[in-house]
Amino acid sequence: MSDPTRLTLAEARDAVRSKSISSLELTQAHLDAVAKARLLNAYVTETPDRALAMAKASDERIAKGEGGALEGLPLGIKDLYATEGVHTQACSHILDGFKPKYESTVSSQLWRDGAVLLGKLNMDEFAMGSSNETSFYGPVASPWLPPNWTKEQGLAALGGNRQGLLVPGGSSGGSASAVAAHLCLAATATDTGGSIRQPAAFTGTVGIKPTYGRCSRWGLVAFASSLDQAGPITRTVRDCAIMMRSMAGFDPKDTTSVDTPVPDYEQAIGASVRGMKIGIPREYRVDGMSDEIEALWQKGIDWLRDAGAEIVDISLPHTKTALPAYYIVAPAEASSNLARYDGVRYGLREQGRDIVDMYEKTRAKGFGKEVRRRIMIGTYVLSAGYYDAYYVRAQKIRTLIKRDFEIAYADGVDAILTPATPSAAFGIGEKAGADPIEMYLNDIFTVTVNMAGLPGIAVPGGLSSEGLPLGLQLIGKPFDESTLFSLAEVIERAAGRITLPNAWWAD
Amino acid sequence: MSVDQATVRRIARLARIAVTDEEVPHLQNELNAILAFVEELNAVDIAGVEPMTSVIPMKMRMRRDEVTDHAGADIVVANAPAHEQHFFTVPKVVE
Repeated sequence: MSDPTRLTLAEARDAVRSKSISSLELTQAHLDAVAKARLLNAYVTETPDRALAMAKASDERIAKGEGGALEGLPLGIKDLYATEGVHTQACSHILDGFKPKYESTVSSQLWRDGAVLLGKLNMDEFAMGSSNETSFYGPVASPWLPPNWTKEQGLAALGGNRQGLLVPGGSSGGSASAVAAHLCLAATATDTGGSIRQPAAFTGTVGIKPTYGRCSRWGLVAFASSLDQAGPITRTVRDCAIMMRSMAGFDPKDTTSVDTPVPDYEQAIGASVRGMKIGIPREYRVDGMSDEIEALWQKGIDWLRDAGAEIVDISLPHTKTALPAYYIVAPAEASSNLARYDGVRYGLREQGRDIVDMYEKTRAKGFGKEVRRRIMIGTYVLSAGYYDAYYVRAQKIRTLIKRDFEIAYADGVDAILTPATPSAAFGIGEKAGADPIEMYLNDIFTVTVNMAGLPGIAVPGGLSSEGLPLGLQLIGKPFDESTLFSLAEVIERAAGRITLPNAWWAD
Repeated sequence: MSVDQATVRRIARLARIAVTDEEVPHLQNELNAILAFVEELNAVDIAGVEPMTSVIPMKMRMRRDEVTDHAGADIVVANAPAHEQHFFTVPKVVE
């Protein structure tokens, strides 16, 4: 086989099953690709010994006629997932040296089904960011070269501070970059306000945030517990469906895990979408939306209509309140969740003259600027006298946001089509200015979905005039991920698969 | 609403994060930018609306009240920056 890293997850699965390639060959090819791409900074830890041992065990199972749904397939895991005995720091300094003694439920399900661990993927610190620039381990570069850059310019920037190269999005930037650059067959990611869908859109990959409760949160480093969901980033919609079947499922260890059967999502690929009602929410046509995004959205509408879907205009009147409400709810939950990092039970400790001094110095040293900012906002909105004015008000607005969707679905809408992001990827360092809000606006189309607990998928819709990937988002009914896979695959087929011009970073 | 520098210091104290004098004005600006951004929520009519408590309707499950975790003390303290005889050690708290 010429280059096994060019296979999709589905193709690799079939090749391993039919023994036209061994898991060992497939895994070694990926380890080699990862080693040549270190300057992209997508991986924070590589686990070649474990990968080869897992691959060997997979080959033995396959030889015996056994093997699970992902048998022998090498994957990357976001650093937010607890992996037993392996670096797990959510890319924060405060979890310095942390190697959990347990495995997250979702990753354990991947190993149950035979998958192979290549290593841990870079991310924004504690998943707080939209560009992967807040990681303690430095920014991740997108494998997409900036418009009009030569390969030499790209290599020079990779060898330096990566300024000017494109961000892969965030927080799951390492996952998106690694999948787009063929450094794994698929990756796990997480999404609290858009952290799967925005990086997928920026890198021409596919990413789904499942319904809240669909995937267990047990063993994921918590950011905002009522919003966090695990999901995959892949190169095709079919691959996304394959990953979801292994990742989803009831877990008694997570009280918000929902006990409902996991369908064979792959069956949804190629299913007819004729007669489906697709809502186009007028409030997503935001002020200053670029012509390019507008045109992309229209193309998506046309493709679904051509496939027999019925297009209807809908209204989601509370859309514009979602982002500000999110910046109360998410920091509030983060400030509580991150209270556990005190230098006592794990991670970094800075010495102090007494215990409070130790806490304060440890947390000052261990948290990056964005994380500190969000903890402080969260602390403020939960503090005495402000709780009702901020937190309770935001939770009431969340009820209204969810109600908007419920009304649309009650009117017979099967799914909602929107752009995934307001623009294509921007440059590393470009939005590093003083105003944090500028970065937050990246999530304007994705954050409503987390606030309402719904599933949302980002799928490539084409390239911008400058040749960068642009994504469309489909939002579904609770636990109706299958419909999203069917619709997303229609878009994928119409738009054509987006592939990188070449592996410019690998010389 | 906006915060003054004394409030920034108070929030930092509540959050148990040490901040230097030079950092306070920057933090004040950043926090006020976010507070100004969320200001528009005051215009939303929330009369009679219940705050969200669970985004997907679900019943709280009960489980048997029994020990299910047998990890053991070695494992519990394995990642601690300082521990002694299965206790986490910290600076003196009581004089």
